[in-house]
Amino acid sequence: MGNGAKLPVPLTVLSSSEADAALHALQDASPGSLTVYVVPESSSLLPQGTNVYVGKHRSALVRAGQGLAALRARLQQLTRVMSFTASSIAAALADRVPDGQLGPDARRHLKSSLGYEITFSLLNPDPKSHDVDWDIEGAVNRYVQPVLDKLSVVANFSVDSQILYYAVLGVTPRFDKESSSFLLSAHSLPHVINPVEARLGSSAASLYPVLNFLLYVPERSHSPLYIQDKDGAPVPTNAFHSPRWGGIMVWGPGSASLPLHVDVDMVRVMEVFLAQLRLLFGISREELPPEFQVESPGNEGLADWELDRLLWAHTVENIATVATTLTSLAQLLDQISNIVIKDDVASEVYRAVASVQDAMAELAEGRLRSAFQASKEAVTSSERAFFDPSLLHLLYFPDDQKPLEIPLPGPCIFFIPACL
Amino acid sequence: MAAGPLLLLLLLLLGAAGPGAAAAAAAGPGPGLGPGAALREELLLRPLPAGDVAAAFQFRTRWDADLRRGAVSHYRLFPKALGQLVAAQGVRELHLALTQGFWRTRSWGQPPLGAPAGAELWVWFQDTVPDVDKAWKELSNILSGIFCASLNFIDSTNTVTPTASFKPLGLANGTDHRLLRYAVLPREVVCTENLTPWKKLLPCGSKAGLAVLLKAERLFHSSYHSQAVHIRPICRDASCLAVSWELRQTLTVVFDSFTSGQGKKDWSLFKMFSRTLTDACPLASESKVYVDISPKNEEKEFLEVTPTPTSVHEAVVQGDKRTYAVYDLLSPSLFNSSRSLNVQLKWKRPQDSQELSTPVLHAQRYVSGYGLQTGEISTLVHNTHPYRAFPVVLLETVPWYLRLYVHTLTVITKGKENKPSYIHYQPAQDRKRPHLLEMLIQLPANSVTKITIQFERALLKWTEYTPDPNHGFYVSPSVLSALVPSVVAMKDVDVEESPLFASLFPSSDGSSYFVRLYTEPLLVNLPTPDFSMPYNVICLTCTVVAVCYGSFYNLLTRTFHVEEPSRGGLAKRLANIIQNLERVCNLQSLPVMRRAGVKNEGH
Repeated sequence: MGNGAKLPVPLTVLSSSEADAALHALQDASPGSLTVYVVPESSSLLPQGTNVYVGKHRSALVRAGQGLAALRARLQQLTRVMSFTASSIAAALADRVPDGQLGPDARRHLKSSLGYEITFSLLNPDPKSHDVDWDIEGAVNRYVQPVLDKLSVVANFSVDSQILYYAVLGVTPRFDKESSSFLLSAHSLPHVINPVEARLGSSAASLYPVLNFLLYVPERSHSPLYIQDKDGAPVPTNAFHSPRWGGIMVWGPGSASLPLHVDVDMVRVMEVFLAQLRLLFGISREELPPEFQVESPGNEGLADWELDRLLWAHTVENIATVATTLTSLAQLLDQISNIVIKDDVASEVYRAVASVQDAMAELAEGRLRSAFQASKEAVTSSERAFFDPSLLHLLYFPDDQKPLEIPLPGPCIFFIPACL
Repeated sequence: MAAGPLLLLLLLLLGAAGPGAAAAAAAGPGPGLGPGAALREELLLRPLPAGDVAAAFQFRTRWDADLRRGAVSHYRLFPKALGQLVAAQGVRELHLALTQGFWRTRSWGQPPLGAPAGAELWVWFQDTVPDVDKAWKELSNILSGIFCASLNFIDSTNTVTPTASFKPLGLANGTDHRLLRYAVLPREVVCTENLTPWKKLLPCGSKAGLAVLLKAERLFHSSYHSQAVHIRPICRDASCLAVSWELRQTLTVVFDSFTSGQGKKDWSLFKMFSRTLTDACPLASESKVYVDISPKNEEKEFLEVTPTPTSVHEAVVQGDKRTYAVYDLLSPSLFNSSRSLNVQLKWKRPQDSQELSTPVLHAQRYVSGYGLQTGEISTLVHNTHPYRAFPVVLLETVPWYLRLYVHTLTVITKGKENKPSYIHYQPAQDRKRPHLLEMLIQLPANSVTKITIQFERALLKWTEYTPDPNHGFYVSPSVLSALVPSVVAMKDVDVEESPLFASLFPSSDGSSYFVRLYTEPLLVNLPTPDFSMPYNVICLTCTVVAVCYGSFYNLLTRTFHVEEPSRGGLAKRLANIIQNLERVCNLQSLPVMRRAGVKNEGH
């Protein structure tokens, strides 16, 4: 720590999370950066058995280890966890790679977009027997809004909710005698979404992609209802999510039959939905060795370094999108000669190219925030140029306006030399 | 200029602040809906003279919330699609009607809720909207997607800004007419794909309550089908300190006794809709069926309804005292005897003795003239009230290709000229704006007023004709709005207590009621070019060129050879002909080869 500031309390007295918080105050962590503090092997700052402590801001505490080689291994693993890797960048570019080269886990994360709309829906297929009530407004303000505020750097978010009555799942659950409950098997889950989606409605107000989070309260004749995973065991959270679409949770408090008036426990529901939101965005955590300890991000839902990872992936994806869009436009121009490029479209293209070059330069320097902003501007400009309606003004210029008389006397030309 | 009656009429047409003004507690929301949302549904069955029956459904959702821009919105009964639309586009009031068929006012009486044939959309925007035309265009496109109707054809050539005919039906803070837009698409057809998204907006869908009767195969087998959506802000309670939003979905259908009833004039729910009612929507706070059993001409009863109604309700609706038999689907006694409710109507006296009671105000419109150059639009407005005169506002929207001559506008009543006290005319601009003509005309008692205006038909560019130009071009129906004096004095109605069909139009004065009538759309033939001419020209040109080319070719490549006179019999002559033919064929296939010399072989 070279800035000469002093800590209020000696470090050895604090626990690791307090130490992390205190150190965070001293450093200037710009987005994309990572600060690692190496502590002696015998230090009591880290609890016994923990060699690496990952904080919720952009710093980590690492034990020095037995030698430089061990320290190097730990640092490599740490950077793989906290920052981007080749595989995470490849996942971001997954849409542009042909199918055969990707693993089954590719194309799972949401595409980078300027905004997202989140809709919470409560499905009540049987309003006659159940009267379901949920305090969605309070839950959104308490649990969801802090997470979205943290993610507001990435995109604009808007939240909606609705209650749909007489909305049924498209699948009939199976009755299981041993547990005397109804079960939805894992292979029937993909068929659940389609009939419901017709009722959900598309957003009339904006063009951003929609993330749907559904809470299904099963009807009296089909309760309790559990979701089975591939091995046949009931899933503890009773929920599943579909990549790039959203998540569904089945409400089943476990009692034999639901009472007439159901008050939904929003804490349980929001835990599941927020976990699904993290999975949809790709902020999930892989398996870590036991010597790693990661601090929980608390109310905000995600740590600063997880946000940085998301920003790296989205920046790269944006740059790739711009490249693809502009290349397609150029190829179209070669193929179709009738496309009109007006001056403002041309200026948008120039602006997109300039922004992409800026973004690449900023990425090379490691300035993540400005690189992301530049890539967003580049995407906006390139989309505006590509989808401008004036491009197609002359596309269907009718050919019958061109004179017809030319081909007719053509054959005569052959005979004139024959006469001579 | 008589400003007095004009202002009075316009003020009364305003009537906007009134809907919730009468003091009463609002009906409490249904169980478990949480604060601030209520659903009421009702069905009105009205037998018409001549044996037909009209059924009018109304579903009203009231939502105590403020649809502001940018606020996070949580929807329970109010459909999310419409709520987001209203918030995003800054809409204050929205009225959309899709109609197939024509309401015959003279034989059927005043419609419960009138609508013109085709699609009609009129919207009042908030004054915070920066660009009303842009918002109007986006709104019509989004509605076209939600309702699967071709509302995206609404553009500046069929949109007008009326100044007197349309006033806000909900709460309004002043009325700046630049915030109003009105458009009609008379050519729009209504079918099942418009009914399905309309039904999806109902909270119970078509699974429970009155909406189970809405099956498309019976609803479209009718003389008149009209479905509408009305969104407006209303007072939350009597003190009017807060605003609620009201969504009314209405569907009116007229079943013809000949096509649906097989000639018999007894009706039942099963006969009309091929369904019966089994329960009320669990989310509704009120679910009722009203059957109009008003006696005519002092008879006791001319209509018998089974099963026994829950109650009988009397009201003054549209100037007439009417009696309704009420079936309350939420009352537990209704479904005691049978699981389903099938309301049956039986006539006690033969139908032909029914006299047609003409309504106080009705109108017709037609085109006259001959040829394809000029014509005349005539509107006949009838006032059949024996002693009261009242003013009426007439709105005509004529497309730009029928060029109106306003100096030929004449309004004649009882043989004398009747000068309108207010005329607003906006001439058309070719391909940009239609004609707009609004007039306030005083109709004397018991009279027929004829309004005529001459027009000239324009020739369109050849790309502007529709694929079927000989069908003709439609002129939107004209709108007549009037405060008609009623024979019977009307009490001030409270919106929450009275049936829904009585409370759509606010009435602030007990002695008259508001009526909006639509005339027929007109079908006008424009001078249509002959679209087969390009084909004809190509054929003719190609023929001429081919003939010229043929001659020229002949001239260039014809060769002469000497031929001996043929000696010999018939066989020899035939052989000659065959050889000549061969020569010609060979010559045609090898044009460049010269054949010199004298014919020879075989002679």
